[in-house]
Amino acid sequence: MRLILRNLGFYLLAFWASITLNFVLPRFMPGDPVSRMFAQAQGTMQPDQIAQLRKLFGLDNRPLWEQYVSYVKRVFTGDLGISITRFPTPVSDVIGQQIGWTLLLGGVALVIAAVVGNLLGIVAAWRRGGVLDSAFPPLLIFVGSFPYFWLAMGALYLFGVSLGWFPLRHAYDVGLTPGFNGEFLSNVATHLVLPALTIVLVSIGGWMLGMRNTMIATAAEDYITMAEAKGLSPSRIMFRYAARNALLPSVTNFGMALGFVVGGALLTEVVFAYPGIGYQLLMAVQGLDYPLMQGIFLTITAAVLLANFLVDLVYVRLDPRVRVR
Amino acid sequence: MEAVLEVSGLRVEYRGDGRTVVGADDVSFSIGAGEVFGLAGESGCGKSTIANAVMRLLKPPAEITAGSIRFQGRDVLALDARELRAFRWREIAMVFQSAMNSLNPVLTIGEQIVDIFTTHERMKKRAARERAGELLELVGIDPGRLKAYPHQLSGGMRQRVVIAMAVALRPRLLIMDEPTTALDVVVQQEIMAQIRDLQRELGFSILFITHDMSLMVELSDRMGVMYGGRIVELADAKDLFANPLHPYTEALMNAFPPLTGPRRELTGLFDAPRTADSCGFHVRCPEDRSNCSTNIPDLREAAPGRWVARSPEGGPR
Amino acid sequence: MTAIEIATATTPTTPARTSRRRGLLRQLIDSKKALTGLILLALFALLALLSPVLAPGDPSLINSAGSQAPSAAHWLGTTAKGQDVLALTLWGARSSLFVGFTVGLVATAVAIVVGLASAYFGRIVDDALTLVTNIFLLLPGLPLLIILAAFLPPGTSTVILVLVVTGWAGSARVLRAQAKSIRGKDFVAAAVVTGERPLRIMFREILPNMASVVMTTLLGCVIFGIGAQAGLEFLGLGDSSVVSWGTNLYWASNDGALMTGTWWAFVPSGLCIALVAFALALVNYAVDEITNPRLRSRRRARRERRG
Repeated sequence: MRLILRNLGFYLLAFWASITLNFVLPRFMPGDPVSRMFAQAQGTMQPDQIAQLRKLFGLDNRPLWEQYVSYVKRVFTGDLGISITRFPTPVSDVIGQQIGWTLLLGGVALVIAAVVGNLLGIVAAWRRGGVLDSAFPPLLIFVGSFPYFWLAMGALYLFGVSLGWFPLRHAYDVGLTPGFNGEFLSNVATHLVLPALTIVLVSIGGWMLGMRNTMIATAAEDYITMAEAKGLSPSRIMFRYAARNALLPSVTNFGMALGFVVGGALLTEVVFAYPGIGYQLLMAVQGLDYPLMQGIFLTITAAVLLANFLVDLVYVRLDPRVRVR
Repeated sequence: MEAVLEVSGLRVEYRGDGRTVVGADDVSFSIGAGEVFGLAGESGCGKSTIANAVMRLLKPPAEITAGSIRFQGRDVLALDARELRAFRWREIAMVFQSAMNSLNPVLTIGEQIVDIFTTHERMKKRAARERAGELLELVGIDPGRLKAYPHQLSGGMRQRVVIAMAVALRPRLLIMDEPTTALDVVVQQEIMAQIRDLQRELGFSILFITHDMSLMVELSDRMGVMYGGRIVELADAKDLFANPLHPYTEALMNAFPPLTGPRRELTGLFDAPRTADSCGFHVRCPEDRSNCSTNIPDLREAAPGRWVARSPEGGPR
Repeated sequence: MTAIEIATATTPTTPARTSRRRGLLRQLIDSKKALTGLILLALFALLALLSPVLAPGDPSLINSAGSQAPSAAHWLGTTAKGQDVLALTLWGARSSLFVGFTVGLVATAVAIVVGLASAYFGRIVDDALTLVTNIFLLLPGLPLLIILAAFLPPGTSTVILVLVVTGWAGSARVLRAQAKSIRGKDFVAAAVVTGERPLRIMFREILPNMASVVMTTLLGCVIFGIGAQAGLEFLGLGDSSVVSWGTNLYWASNDGALMTGTWWAFVPSGLCIALVAFALALVNYAVDEITNPRLRSRRRARRERRG
């Protein structure tokens, strides 16, 4: 349990660092991005709203530490300011409306890539020199070399525009009203295929190669030889002995991979105009909507940290050796 | 005496990038029912290669290129995958050098013992667990420790668990590859006593592998000394210890000084590696043996039951 | 953090003697994977250097009708605005390769300093640097990139700075693990005892012994740099006046190349990014295989035996 507590402290520290970064950026960056933003906002906003924004970005004359304390307080109460592109919706509401789609896309892609990639890695390591071991890795490295968003563009062009197999944009057809019925869900599923596929394609190679390499290292362990000497069946040795142990580094990588998948999902959303926070982030960048950009950064960071914490909990269950430490 | 295991003319090669290393060369010996046969030699001499060959555990690049292994008349090298799985552990079980490494760190020892029964005897989980508990009791461990993970046990306890696992199916032959090397001397003695007791009780044969000559003589009935992949001396353990015929055997015995008696200088074991045109030991060899320095000669019966790899005194080979 | 350390424990071991480093280079050329990668890289470097000769003039100049399919006059067609795609792609290589390799070199340099300092000084220095490294590793890269880039004045130097800030941590972790294991070796202890200066020990004793790991992390950083630059520019956060593969894709997407079916506007630049990244990955993979022979496929061993 000490591991869990220590890591929890570490995650809180990381979160604090990102809040502080958020606080520091608009106040100390050269080029005064904030005034650019105000110039754009002037037309749509009430004077008191502008005053509030100025406060958020430290343009009031309070001492710095006072600003800092009130900023941290506001973040922890969920007040991330007001979005400029979606004025006057609060940033937290904008994110709340969008994050579900990102979680759906990122979650589905991550789980598929991790499960399939790890399985391929296990089999490749077990059948050294087979097709899976010799032909797949270079192929996957090649596919993984493409930028997420370019693969997304290619998939969209090929399967969407040219062949017309899948819808081109958004998470569901415009006419549909969201609800838990078969029509809507299947519509959502067809919209999910292409974006998820591109993320899976790019990220699966990393999982497979990582698993293959740890499996090869594990296969040389004495306890694998012992299991063989015990006369256990190959499949039992492969899954219960080798893969079970080789999975451990893979689990810790899961937390790390999350950051990459989030990044990939953001860019993929942009290409498919998928209504998640990645697409919203692009809108924010184009509209100089700094509160929204910062809010999205904080939200994603918090989500990634939380996921890492959950992975720690799983890891402790999987590896008895860290349980006692 | 009916032989349980018969190894004859065994040759194992490790084929690397461009060069081939011989792990074992023309190795022949047999083990009778209930007999303890020892294989001694420094690390890298091919002892473990023999053990793994008998269990058919050698993996590429290691390969058996000549010879035969017969277990109770059956040709071990001819077994197919299914027969091999049934053969392993039921007929021959093995205790590996390091119990820490041969137990899976993420499974409880109970799960790892139960595995044996569910695989070989098609037992139900519950019955298998009961048998596992009995096994632990047999080696003097509280059955409550079935739920323990390997890292929660002491080194001696882990090795006992591995020994318990080895006798689980009452195999005819037990291979013990340096079973006590990683343990301190006191625990070593306990484990050796345990092995002797079990052997008396269950009557299996043992292929005992170690570099520690004093341990070997304590346990073995007959023994072979290996050097550079070949057996250089093969005899009754007591005879061999009392009167080693091969200079290498003598050197190996001197490497472990007796606790009592006069102090004597330790002899280094090897100076040069064995290569195609040098036995490697000749540099240190106390005798002038220019006729065998290029290769280790074949075994020759010097007296009934006493075999040694050296040419007859004085005469050319 | 224990979990993190377990994950790094499988880093490949390096040949310990300097004399074997020449061997590494020769082995790289012997390896089919590495050779393919190196040839590809050389080809792209050559194209980037020769772009003023191959496609003279400003590539973003509008000099023909828009959205033309590939033809004899425009081998790769024209963009929606009427620019020559081939010229854009050739010139784009300059910025993309420059930014990628600069980011790779600077980020690796930072990682080396952090890793060596961590390993050499240990204790508090190590704890502090590891903490900072792990925080940077944990913060999601792209969102961090985006807010940094959004607040800084746009330009190539901003892009490089931001990419270095977000890219050094992964390498630092790997290099620290490797440096730590070398720090424990006897010859380093001997150097400490004989009173060599810390800097000398770090850079003359430890660093040369981790050449192959430095190489793999460097290649990894370059791959990251090229990909992340393209991503940033695709989002419109780069300097959109510079011609690079990323801005080419940004404009292609903005001009609706996908919907109008002008595939030639976005395929070449993406393919180039992928080929360069693939070439780097091939070299990387080969270095890994050479220093960690267990990963080599068995097939090869068999073939060699027969020959």
